[in-house]
Amino acid sequence: MSTKNKIGVVVGAVLILVWCLLPVAWIISLSFKSQDAITNGSPGFLPSEGGGAGWQNYSDVLADEQFRRAIFNSIGISLIATALSVIIATLAAYAIARLEFTGKRFVLTLALVIAMFPVVSLVGPLFDMWRTLGIYDTWPGLIIPYMSFTLPLAIWTLSAFFREIPWEMEQAAQVDGATSWQAFRKVIVPLAAPGVFTAAILTFFFAWNDFVFGISLTSTENARPIPAALSFFVGADPFNRPASLLAAGAVVSTIPIIVIVLLFQRKIVAGLTSGAVKG
Amino acid sequence: MTSTTVAPDTDRKTRRTDKPEASDRARAENSLGMKLVAPAIFLMLLVTAFPMLRALYLSLYNYSLTAPEERDFVGIDNYVTALTDSLFWRDTLNTVLIMVVTVAVELVIGFVFAMVMHRVIFARGVIRTSILIPYGIITVVSGFAWQFAFSNNNGFVNGWLPLIGDDFNWFGQYGSSIVAIMVSEIWKTTPFMSLLLLAGLAQVSEDMLEAAKVDGATWWQRLWKVILPNMRSAIMVAVLFRALDAYRIFDNIFVMTAGANGTESVSFLTYRQVIEQFQLGIGSALSVLLFLSVLLIAFLIVKIFRVDLAAARQEG
Repeated sequence: MSTKNKIGVVVGAVLILVWCLLPVAWIISLSFKSQDAITNGSPGFLPSEGGGAGWQNYSDVLADEQFRRAIFNSIGISLIATALSVIIATLAAYAIARLEFTGKRFVLTLALVIAMFPVVSLVGPLFDMWRTLGIYDTWPGLIIPYMSFTLPLAIWTLSAFFREIPWEMEQAAQVDGATSWQAFRKVIVPLAAPGVFTAAILTFFFAWNDFVFGISLTSTENARPIPAALSFFVGADPFNRPASLLAAGAVVSTIPIIVIVLLFQRKIVAGLTSGAVKG
Repeated sequence: MTSTTVAPDTDRKTRRTDKPEASDRARAENSLGMKLVAPAIFLMLLVTAFPMLRALYLSLYNYSLTAPEERDFVGIDNYVTALTDSLFWRDTLNTVLIMVVTVAVELVIGFVFAMVMHRVIFARGVIRTSILIPYGIITVVSGFAWQFAFSNNNGFVNGWLPLIGDDFNWFGQYGSSIVAIMVSEIWKTTPFMSLLLLAGLAQVSEDMLEAAKVDGATWWQRLWKVILPNMRSAIMVAVLFRALDAYRIFDNIFVMTAGANGTESVSFLTYRQVIEQFQLGIGSALSVLLFLSVLLIAFLIVKIFRVDLAAARQEG
């Protein structure tokens, strides 16, 4: 690589880092400003002299009952939806990768169509249906839509992944004297586990990020997830959005995602691109 | 949410069941397969096909939740109302504008990012980790971050941009509001685009590039004659998924402008009719129209680019 190219790459790398981290740094900075400094107009990037609020915004947000409920709802709903959807998707993906059956194409096409579905198209009928069934504004009322919308992603990721597993190894193990169960457990499960885990992370991201269902299918703090709660958060003065409190809430709701990204970066990249362009 | 995976190869073992002596084993496999996918199919249809059919049915009625007993059949009146309303067309144009501009900008920036990530040797892990942060962050949070950044009260954008007065109100008129919304959308989804393009870039053979270099091709020629043609399917898949995703835009607009200054999208209009005004009849008609436009866009992209999703895997 020539020196000119090297400089280009370094500049590019710095640009990418700034691009990705600037708004995050900004929202963190905002979360440490005092509301007074913000209302009086302190348009700097960093908290100015005397305008800092320390951890006050965080303790205020965490003391807020509605906010705590929303975090709890989001964690519970996302985890349950993820677990159920990954289990069901694993069954389907196994069948798609391994078995010959009628309707295989149909499952994959259906999943693709749903992945492209305009979510808002469904909230009207679902709103009506859920009210009739009595699950409007409850956890199941959100878990079911999340599951069906994360299934396509999980099925596609997993079936692309399962295709790469050398299933013959299972038979080889059996030839070597393992029972079918042993062969499956000792050979296939360890090979499949990383794929299942990747699908679970992506599914969790989806559920955690959802907004349309969150605001349409809930009306109280019973089931309202964190993105919806943040958008409805008005604070003490309804005419003046509490920017600093919102920023603190935003940081808190982002921490789980950042932790997951830091821990599983490699797997997420592999999962996002699996199948799309891999030969 | 965009998913990026593409049809696994199902033709590998096809025709096996077509053999005249469909053995017991093949039949058992067939029924096991169907049983294993049944729960997934059931759930996906429950939340999409069924509500969509219901929307189709409700769209033929004059039906408001505030006066449910006054529901009556009106035929295609709701569609006529929607399609002759300038609001619908304004919102559609808006949505198309956002889709075209964001996808085009993301394609260019995403490609540059992918090139850098492909070549970068140091700090590879750090860059790959950071690029996932915008992808993972809740859209609502990124909407807030950018809204506050553009705000003339507490933002930093005005201070950093030359030629723009410190008291310029980005959310005061249509043009600058829509720019702010697009910036937020582009920030959030470019990393996704660049990851897809990076995977495509990894497929371009180094040998071919080296050969082109030896033959005296300039950097620009290598880009247009070797790299891009070889990434065709990756680019098409990325554009298809991002375009459909962009057409559904809702979160950013809801948070940043709440549709003020004519920045409403089709999704937002539908949401307002159904959830805020309880107009299930006209709202359902809008839902159906929204669904049809997404189908149309998918169809057009597939036709124009001749994307063969199943083949993309083998050719890519």
